Amino acid sequence: MKKTKTLNLNFGPQHPAAHGVLRLILKLDGEVVEEADPHIGLLHRGTEKLIEHKTYTQALPYFDRLDYVAPMNQEHAFALATEKLLKIEVPIRAKYIRVIFCEIGRILSHILNVTTQALDVGALTPSLWGFEERETLMTFYERASGSRLHANYFRTGGVHQDLPQKLLDDIGKFCQTFPKIIDDLENLLTDNRIFKQRNVDIGIVTKKDAMDHSFSGVMLRGSGIVWDLRKSQPYECYKDLDFKIPVGKNGDCYDRYLCRIEEMRESVKIIKQCLDKLPKGPIKTIDNKISPPKREDLKNSMEALIHHFKLFTEGFRVPAGNVYSAVEAPKGEFGVYLISDGSNKPYRCKIRAPGFSHLQAMDYLIRGHMLADVPAVLGSLDIVFGEVDR
Amino acid sequence: MAIKNISELEKIVNSELTSKVDNSSIIYDELLIEIKVEELINVINFLKSNDLCKFRQLIDVVGIDYPEEEKRFNLIYLFLSHENNLRIKISIKFEITEQIPSITKIFPSANWMEREVFDMYGIKFKNHPDLRRILTDYNFKGHPLRKDFPLTGFNEVRYSEKDKKVVYEPVKLEQNYRNFDFSSPWEGTKYIKEIQNKKNEKN
Repeated sequence: MKKTKTLNLNFGPQHPAAHGVLRLILKLDGEVVEEADPHIGLLHRGTEKLIEHKTYTQALPYFDRLDYVAPMNQEHAFALATEKLLKIEVPIRAKYIRVIFCEIGRILSHILNVTTQALDVGALTPSLWGFEERETLMTFYERASGSRLHANYFRTGGVHQDLPQKLLDDIGKFCQTFPKIIDDLENLLTDNRIFKQRNVDIGIVTKKDAMDHSFSGVMLRGSGIVWDLRKSQPYECYKDLDFKIPVGKNGDCYDRYLCRIEEMRESVKIIKQCLDKLPKGPIKTIDNKISPPKREDLKNSMEALIHHFKLFTEGFRVPAGNVYSAVEAPKGEFGVYLISDGSNKPYRCKIRAPGFSHLQAMDYLIRGHMLADVPAVLGSLDIVFGEVDR
Repeated sequence: MAIKNISELEKIVNSELTSKVDNSSIIYDELLIEIKVEELINVINFLKSNDLCKFRQLIDVVGIDYPEEEKRFNLIYLFLSHENNLRIKISIKFEITEQIPSITKIFPSANWMEREVFDMYGIKFKNHPDLRRILTDYNFKGHPLRKDFPLTGFNEVRYSEKDKKVVYEPVKLEQNYRNFDFSSPWEGTKYIKEIQNKKNEKN
């Protein structure tokens, strides 16, 4: 009898397929993975601690830095939580603008994921094609907020500024041309023999396990569970929009890829509807104790000046209480558990990142698979370390 | 049969668990159940396995630190039921010395969530399979989310060109972190609103 020994392999933290700074310690029996132990926290910045020391307005930009491929979706969760505590209503136009940018965020995230997943299993071209579209979308971010990535565009009670008509027209044009790009990507990947060999029947998640491991978003839907917070617990104006929830059958990496592709098509539909329906009106709450006054008012109105001063020093106070509010971020359920003690700073702000539970299941997903499947499974989990490590 | 709304859920939980529930409240349309630490496993088992409740998903475990209170720590477990489309929050309060039973047997995903709470607050979990630090650095000392932990921390790291390795040094700041207290004792007046309300009523 030949003696065998398990091999401990250190995967990452500097590995292109680790999607950031994941350190994965793999126990290998030959090429078969026996155990995976992810070490995370290499990008831990103490976001939750920092937020406790900032006013509500100052805390918002930290959310851009969590899942940095879809920044506004995160901002949304925090804005919703604060609004719930303050019991304020967001103007209808702001709701539509928010939804437009959340769906743009979803497309941004899904393009990145689908194409890098393809890259991990050996296809270079999709990422070159996809990233060009991401660039266009980030220009929309820039034209609305002034920055491509860290937007800081949402505010408690609405959004920062109104959108110019030219930008809306350009987003509309993008919606016309983008489905063609999705078709192109699908041409490259969906029936591609190599892509299928690397993804079909890899990393299968059963319905029960998906629930037990706290999966959400595409990880749930890929396994055939129909669950989307935009449909089941609709926030903003999702109730008035017509869209479908793509669901997978087998729960493998390939189904999750298909779900993401379909979700991009649905997102385009949602953006189109929002552009058609976009009503006129204010873009943030008119309550001066929460949203700062207009620049020109500062020159004429003493009251506006006082409000401006108070809002940017003290900030607004939020009634004591605790709430949980969640949004369907591209990666799954992104939630904020916000505790206020009645002062101008959050007492505690717990961030529920979908990637955290998904990465936790890495050991369960990869056991018994080959080493070469690790990047494929990791790619389909859609991990971004900004949100996992917080 | 499914539970229709949150107040119906509150009734069911209260009638089934009776003495185990210390307090229950619905604020902001969210149901919060306060229980004792000893009852945690029973209550969570009930919520997961009961045919009506069906809370099959653990969303998160939230730790909170109240240094002034006798029972210093507060843990909140968030659950979601797909079938009923409802959420529930379970809250336990306990002292610094107490150990909390781990729920990893019921929800495997609690593993990392409890590790995070242990890392951030130093709360220990009984029967946890692998209670290591998760987010902080290797060999980190202290529990950063406790209110008595300073925002700037104790150690900083840099790459030392001389030693050719990363070195840990005590934090040295050119300027200390300034925590301005902008909150004013002035609460504002209520009468402006009242006058406006009266005006609105007349119109």
